[in-house]
Amino acid sequence: MFKLLKYSLYDIVKSRFALLYTLFMVLVAISIYQVSEDMSKVSLSLLNIMLMIVPLISAIFATTHFFNNLEFTELMLAQPVKRRDVFLSQILAVMFVLSMAILIGFGAPMLLWGADITVLTLLGIGISLSIIFAGLAFLASVLTRDKAKAIGISLSFWIYFSLIYDGFVLYLIYSLADYPLEKTTLSLVFLNPVDLGRVIMLMQLDISALMGYTGAFFQQFFGSAKGILLSSSMMFIWMLWPMGLAMRVFKKKDF
Amino acid sequence: MKFVEFNYLLKAMKIKISLILLCFLTFSIDAKTVRLKPGQSIQAAVDQAFDGDTLVLAPGIYKEHEIIIRKPLSIFGESYPIIDGQDEGNIFLVAGEKIHFKGLKIINTGKSNMDDSAGIKFFDSKNCSVENLILDNTFFGLHFSNSSNLTIRNNHLTSKAEREYQTGNGIHLWKCKDSLIDNNFVKGHRDGIYLEFVTNTISQNNLIEENKRYGLHFMFSHDNSYIKNTFKHNGAGVAVMYTKNVLMKENIFEENEGASSYGILLKDITDSEVIGNIFRKNTIGIYMEGSSRTLFKNNTFTTNGWALKLMASCDENTFEANNFFANTFDISTNGNLVLNNLQDNYWDKYEGYDLNKDKIGDIPYRPINLFSVIVEKIPSAVILWRSFLVTLLDRMEKVIPSITPENMIDNTPKMKPYDFGSANS
Repeated sequence: MFKLLKYSLYDIVKSRFALLYTLFMVLVAISIYQVSEDMSKVSLSLLNIMLMIVPLISAIFATTHFFNNLEFTELMLAQPVKRRDVFLSQILAVMFVLSMAILIGFGAPMLLWGADITVLTLLGIGISLSIIFAGLAFLASVLTRDKAKAIGISLSFWIYFSLIYDGFVLYLIYSLADYPLEKTTLSLVFLNPVDLGRVIMLMQLDISALMGYTGAFFQQFFGSAKGILLSSSMMFIWMLWPMGLAMRVFKKKDF
Repeated sequence: MKFVEFNYLLKAMKIKISLILLCFLTFSIDAKTVRLKPGQSIQAAVDQAFDGDTLVLAPGIYKEHEIIIRKPLSIFGESYPIIDGQDEGNIFLVAGEKIHFKGLKIINTGKSNMDDSAGIKFFDSKNCSVENLILDNTFFGLHFSNSSNLTIRNNHLTSKAEREYQTGNGIHLWKCKDSLIDNNFVKGHRDGIYLEFVTNTISQNNLIEENKRYGLHFMFSHDNSYIKNTFKHNGAGVAVMYTKNVLMKENIFEENEGASSYGILLKDITDSEVIGNIFRKNTIGIYMEGSSRTLFKNNTFTTNGWALKLMASCDENTFEANNFFANTFDISTNGNLVLNNLQDNYWDKYEGYDLNKDKIGDIPYRPINLFSVIVEKIPSAVILWRSFLVTLLDRMEKVIPSITPENMIDNTPKMKPYDFGSANS
C-alpha cells in the first residue's frame, strides 16, 4: 500500500502539474495580498478562488490523472495486490498533492503577510473542496471508459454544484416565498459541499447582515457548537462518500 | 433748618446701610452647611433647612425613600454615601429651583410602571443640576418632567434587569427645555436616553450601551443636538421620530445587531443634519422612513449588513461625501421611486475608472444590487449571498438595470476614501 502510494506520488510530482499548480496558487495569493491590506477583503477575494477555481482544477486534474495512469493501474491490477490498495494509492496521492498545493501556495504568503481565523477557515474549506471534487472526479472516471466522457461528467459535477444547484435553490425560495423556509434552505445547503463551504464563510464575513431576519436563524445554527460539529461532519461525509462509491465500482470494474 | 435736614438725611442713610448689612447677614446665616451622618433622616434635614442650604452626607448607608424637596438646596455626598430605597417607590422627589445633587450613590428604587419609580424625579423645576451620581438598580434613573435649564453630567447609571419591562429609562426627559446631558454612562436600562417634547437640549459625550430597547429614543423633540455620543450594542439601536431640526454630529453607532436593530432609525425626521458619524457593525446602519430634507455628510459606514435602508417615502435627502467600506449591502429600498440625492461618496465596491484624473469616477455607481432587492422581498434568500449564481445575476443587472431603481445612483463617486481624521476612524 505505502509502496504503491509512494510510486503514485512520485509519478504526480514528476508530471510537473503539482509544481505549476502550487506556483499558480502562490501567484494568486501574492496578487491578492498586494492589492488589499484589509484581511476581510483578502478573504473575500480568496473566497471566489476557493469556491470556483479550486474545485474546477481538482476535478479536471483528478480525471486526467486517472486516465493517464490507466496503463499503470492495469499493470498493477495484474499483480498480487489488493484492488483497494491500488485504488486508494491513486486517489490519496491526488488528494494529497492537491491539498499540499493549496497549503503551500496560500500558506507561504499567509506566513509572510499574516492571516486571521477567517483566512484559515477559508484554507480548510479549499482543502476540503479539493478532496471532495477529486473524489467526484474519480467516481466519474470509474463510471466510464472514455476519458473525454469522464471529463465531461466531472465538469458537469462542477457546474451542477457551483451554479445549477444554487439556481434551483433560488427558484425554490422564490416560488415558496410564503412559507417558512429556514430549515428547508438549511438542509438544502447541506446537500451541496460548495454551498456548505460558502455558508461557513458567510458566517464570518457578513455576520452583521446575517443577524437580520432569518439570517439570525442560520447564524444561531452555524454559530453553535452543534452546528459547527454538524457542518464539519457533513463536510467529512462529502469527502468520504464519492471516494467510497468510486472504490466500490472500481473493485468490480472489468478493465 | 439746613442742619436738621442734613441730620435727617444722615439718619436715613444709616438705616439703609444697616438694612443692607442685615440683608448680607441673614443671607450668610441662611446659606449654611448641614452635615448628616448615616442613621439621620435626610427628609427631616431637608424640612429644617433654609433656602440655599447645603446638606453634606457623610459616607455610609441611608435607608430612605420618597424624600421630597421643594426649596433651593444642594445635596452633596462625601465619597459616595449610599441612599438605599429598599425597592420601594421613588428615592428623591423634587419640585423647585436651584436644586443640586452631587456625589451620591442611589440604589434600589421600587419597580413600578404605575408611578414610574425613579432614582431622582423632578417636576416643574428650573436651574437644577445632577452631577457625579452613581445610580444602580433603579427603575427609572433620572426622571424629569416639565423642567428647564437642567444640567445632567458625569452620572453613571446601571440596571441589571433581564427583560425590557423590568426596567425604565436611564435619563428620561418629558417636556423639558434648554438642558445639557453631558458625559453620562447608561447601561442596562430600557432606553438609555429618552426625550419627549424636549427642545433646545444638547446631549454630548455620553456612552450608552447594552440597554434593552433603544440607546437614544426621542419624539417631538425639536432643535436638539447630539454630539460625540457612543451608542453601542443596544437592543434595537437608536430610534428617533417625528422631529425637525436635529443635529447629530460625530457620534458612534455600533454593534446593534438583530432583525429589528438599527444604528439609527429615522422616522419622520425633517430638516436635520447627520454629520461625521461612524456606523459600525450594525445589521442596518440607517433606516429611514418618511424623512425629508436631511443632510448626511462625512459619515463612515463600515462592516454593516445594510449601510442604508432608504424607504421610498423619503425625499430631498442628500447623501454627500460619505465613506462606505465593507458593508454587505450598501443601500436597499422598497420601491422604484427615488427622490433623494447621492453625490461624491466613496464606495469600496465601485469598479469604475478615472481617465481624466480628477479623482472622481467617470462612470456612475449604482449602490443597489439586484440581490439586495431579492433579499428585501425574500429574507431567507440571504443564504445564497456570494454564490457564483448570485454574482453572475448581479453583474448582469449592473450592465442592464431592470429590477433595481434607476435613479438610485451616485454620478460622482470618489476614487479614494475620505480621510476624516483620527477622531473618526
